[in-house]
Amino acid sequence: MRRTIFPGWLLPAALVLPQLALTVVFFLLPAGEAVWSSLTRTDPFGLSSVFVGIDNFNDLFADPLYVETILRTIGFVAAVCVISMGTALLLAVMVEGVVRGRGIYRTMLIWPYAVAPAVAGVIWLFLLHPQIGLLGRWLNHNLGWDYSLNGTQAMLLVILASAWKQVSYNFIFFVAGLQSVPRTVTEAARMDGAHGFYRFRTITLPLLMPTVFFLIVVNVVYAAFDTFGAIWALTQGGPGKATETMLVKVYRDGVINLDLGSSSAQSVVLMVGVIVLTAVQFRFMGKRGK
Amino acid sequence: MNRALTHGIIILGVLLFALPLWMILAGSTQDPGAIARGDLSLIPHWSGLHVYIDVLSSGGAGAQPVWRMLLVSFGMALTIAVGKIVISVLSAYAVTFFRFPFRMVAFWVIFITLMLPPEVRIIPTYDVIAGFGMINTFGGLTVPLMASATATLLFRQVFLVIPDELMEAARMDGAGPWRFLRDILLPVSAGNIAALFVILFVFGWNQYLWPLLVATDPKLDTIVIGIVKMIGVETQVEWNRVMAVAVLALLPPVAVVLLMQRWFVAGLTEGEK
Repeated sequence: MRRTIFPGWLLPAALVLPQLALTVVFFLLPAGEAVWSSLTRTDPFGLSSVFVGIDNFNDLFADPLYVETILRTIGFVAAVCVISMGTALLLAVMVEGVVRGRGIYRTMLIWPYAVAPAVAGVIWLFLLHPQIGLLGRWLNHNLGWDYSLNGTQAMLLVILASAWKQVSYNFIFFVAGLQSVPRTVTEAARMDGAHGFYRFRTITLPLLMPTVFFLIVVNVVYAAFDTFGAIWALTQGGPGKATETMLVKVYRDGVINLDLGSSSAQSVVLMVGVIVLTAVQFRFMGKRGK
Repeated sequence: MNRALTHGIIILGVLLFALPLWMILAGSTQDPGAIARGDLSLIPHWSGLHVYIDVLSSGGAGAQPVWRMLLVSFGMALTIAVGKIVISVLSAYAVTFFRFPFRMVAFWVIFITLMLPPEVRIIPTYDVIAGFGMINTFGGLTVPLMASATATLLFRQVFLVIPDELMEAARMDGAGPWRFLRDILLPVSAGNIAALFVILFVFGWNQYLWPLLVATDPKLDTIVIGIVKMIGVETQVEWNRVMAVAVLALLPPVAVVLLMQRWFVAGLTEGEK
């Protein structure tokens, strides 16, 4: 606790007001409204709404399509996390292992951080489009590749585009994590004759675990929400519902199909998911702080 | 491990990102008919570079010219970055250097928003914006994205470690709250501000879902919205133009990251933990 402070309370109240106003208007109000409309049902003409309790949620979870969407989202998120974190970790370990060219390598691996997920989607269209794609036309010719017809291929495409964009972010954090591993520890292991992968697995990786856990949370949130642009640019959730994540479904049901009760209930499910995830993260961060 | 193998793996990794970028750079200069026939190649035709002037000035069938989209994107990214930094510096300053009634309540109300990324409350936020009559306005596009606690928390952490002695000395020299903020706090946290600027600029520039929802007027199309619109009608797309716009859409944020790499990397890894 700070001992010296400025006196008075009008000035600080005025200073904190803009942030507070934005928070109330754009966070608490919408969140409250989402919870409220998830508990009500509006008649088809939008004239009146009645309180229906948790009916919207019952309907939602009784709908096999929604449960399928949840499972699909979990699969998508897991794949994006594993691919982007795995690639980033490999590259970070390699780059930290060389002396020459380390700076330029780092720069060449950091810039994709700035690419929008939607633009990443466009780039992957040019790679894998079955007619015009650089690789896609070859795959189409030889393996019958066409993601506009084949749901599994569409899923693979959005996973690759989403993971590709996220490698840089993870790379930056893995490099920082590797640099905070004390030199003396790795040197001691080297003297004891621990080599290559064995040294990485028994010394480096355990020391990197805090970074790994932190990144898992960030990547889950990225894959669940920020990838909307990539998915919408490439497949719009299709073919059928093959690449429809939970957020894509919120958008489709709420904005295109105008089913606000269900869309709000879905938003509330997402909020609860994020809050649980954040709580886990804080618990873990608290532990690390001690 | 073998040194050549290590370099080989890294170079493969570098190419994984550089080649697709090169592909759209080279492709943007090629003949659209050839690309549509499946003849996209990695060799640029330098004479095709005029496509950049074409898209910047004229856009395409029914679309805004790209210079306009770039302007909207710049405006949006800058407004979000600067606005959020100003708002969060002030509120972090208030909760760390003052005591006022409900200080902790204010702090927790702000803090709780950490848990709700914009996307999960997108539809209800749209309702709120519609209630204010801010659909299809620049304010509606930017202001809701400034409301987040991450920056406030970051500055709070920076301010908390500033020693009491510094503050005492400043007060003894007769510095009031504004002087202290301007002459001590801002210079001390310049590195954090620079890092945050990069992160927020990229965040603002790369938005897709929110503009898609709140700005349906083509005059407010950002370049990220614009490029996805361009690939929407696949039958008669001039693919070289699409690739040129993709290059223009990713160059500004990439340039900001590269120019400010040092502060950005340090700030990102310190701030987010």
